[in-house]
Amino acid sequence: MTLVIGSFTIGLILSILSIGVFISFRILHFCDITVDGSITLGASVAAVLLVQGHSPLAATLAATAAGALAGFVTGVLHTRFRIQEILSGILVMTALYSVNLRVMGRSNVPLLDTRDIAAPLGGILSVMAGDGEALMLAGWRVPIHDVAMLLTAFMMTAAVAFMLHRFLLTQFGTAMRATGENPQMIRAQGIDNRNMLIFGLACSNGLVGMAGALLAQYQGFADVQMGIGMIVWGLASIIIGEALVGKAGPGFAIVGAMMGTVLFRLLVAIALRWGLDPNDLKMVTALFVFAALVLPRYGKDLGRKLMGGRRHA
Amino acid sequence: MLKIRNLCKTFFAGTPNQVNALRDIDLDIEEGCFAAIIGTNGSGKSTLLNAVAGAFQVDEGVIELDGVDIARQPEYQRARQVGRVFQNPFAGTAAGMSIAENIALAMRRGRRQGLRRAVGSKVREEIQSRVRTLDMGLEDRLDNAIGTLSGGQRQALTLLMATWRRPKLLLLDEHTAALDPKSAGQVAALTKEIIQRENLTALMVTHSMEQAVQLSDHIVMMHKGQIIEQYGAECKASVRVADLLNAFDRVRRRELLDPDVADLLARQYA
Repeated sequence: MTLVIGSFTIGLILSILSIGVFISFRILHFCDITVDGSITLGASVAAVLLVQGHSPLAATLAATAAGALAGFVTGVLHTRFRIQEILSGILVMTALYSVNLRVMGRSNVPLLDTRDIAAPLGGILSVMAGDGEALMLAGWRVPIHDVAMLLTAFMMTAAVAFMLHRFLLTQFGTAMRATGENPQMIRAQGIDNRNMLIFGLACSNGLVGMAGALLAQYQGFADVQMGIGMIVWGLASIIIGEALVGKAGPGFAIVGAMMGTVLFRLLVAIALRWGLDPNDLKMVTALFVFAALVLPRYGKDLGRKLMGGRRHA
Repeated sequence: MLKIRNLCKTFFAGTPNQVNALRDIDLDIEEGCFAAIIGTNGSGKSTLLNAVAGAFQVDEGVIELDGVDIARQPEYQRARQVGRVFQNPFAGTAAGMSIAENIALAMRRGRRQGLRRAVGSKVREEIQSRVRTLDMGLEDRLDNAIGTLSGGQRQALTLLMATWRRPKLLLLDEHTAALDPKSAGQVAALTKEIIQRENLTALMVTHSMEQAVQLSDHIVMMHKGQIIEQYGAECKASVRVADLLNAFDRVRRRELLDPDVADLLARQYA
């Protein structure tokens, strides 16, 4: 049960990351590696602020702003200095490694005895449960804090998804989507596609920073290494989501990214439980994304061959 | 309305591939005039159009639109007053977005894109009624992705979008060249109808001299980055395709004797 709740919680937190990656990768058609740095940036900023005694909400918001700033820089590098998109991301990600070490002052900041963002809800639940430490869920004893974190993560993810969906259907959001689809077209409508891209990358990395802040609070520490491979995680989740719900419109895609993240996290938990070496996890993830990107194409060819064969027979 | 003076653009300056794409272009287009630019491949006609649209910065010269020099403005800023239809039918619309969303963007061309719903019920009604005038049955498919439409339908919608908010200048870059003959005819007819109805000032690049003769009131002939001949409103009425072909022939013959060109050739093959 703890495993399931843990997977769901991390899945929901990382959903925010996936939604961020969805903005850059699917809406702006910009492969943004900044993510690997900005999630750690979010985590470090939040961790340091929490250790200093700031409120979890303020720390999370500050982490979001920090992530957005990272995305802004990537966008400026690409649009104003004409650096290739991948390279702009790599530059910012690399620089962020040092920034993160500066922010934290060392490579790891543990969060002991600090309030986290689930604390208010935990308090309410604990009162409702009669000042207990744990709840009984379907016959399992579950620590109240875990339940509170799960619900908080769910509420925040749902709020982010809802707001993003609303935003994408506004005039401004429509313009942002068109920027990714066809920059020439959006320029012809009198909109500066470069500023639009910068704004989109800031939004994307802002969400990634928020995910980092929540992740740090959930796992109880921020670590300078925690961002490695996160972009691939996000991509894997988006691809699973598209396989689950299709690509019909931004609403489906957002829900798909959330479902994909949670499902992927559950799969990983199960695989680890069955004895997958955690060290192999990133390799497996990368192979999975590779397969998901390539197989549909070969699948189509294969299908055509089979169909053709049948027709001849 | 449009006044161009000493417009010059050289690509790859200082390299062996140097192209003098625009050489000292002067051009005046009156308000309400529909001008066509014709010319051989590489004559600079599309370059001239793109220079006006702002796809690149010109080396020197003035592009005055309604009394304001726009030659240094970025492309998106000019687009607030200039409507455009591209040769590639896919270039003017965002394929993955719906017809309604694409048009909603065009309805706010040059205005602030706010945080209101892009396609509200009022906007949808307006879109529906204007799309119905195209008579293509698209008014019932407003929520379909625009990428599912044919090239002709997309080009017709792009034209509608470019003129939704009356542009001071409409730029058409061989906008029927990539279409099948039937769609090309439809789009050409629609172009003429919209331009006449709204009394637009327009500049059209075309390969088809027939189209130039039939649609426009003013023909500009380009060759090697220069304007070599113009047929204004007064003599345009009597111009036939054959006259244009003759004019091109004259240019080619003159060119054979042109001392500069002979000099150039001599240097190139020396």
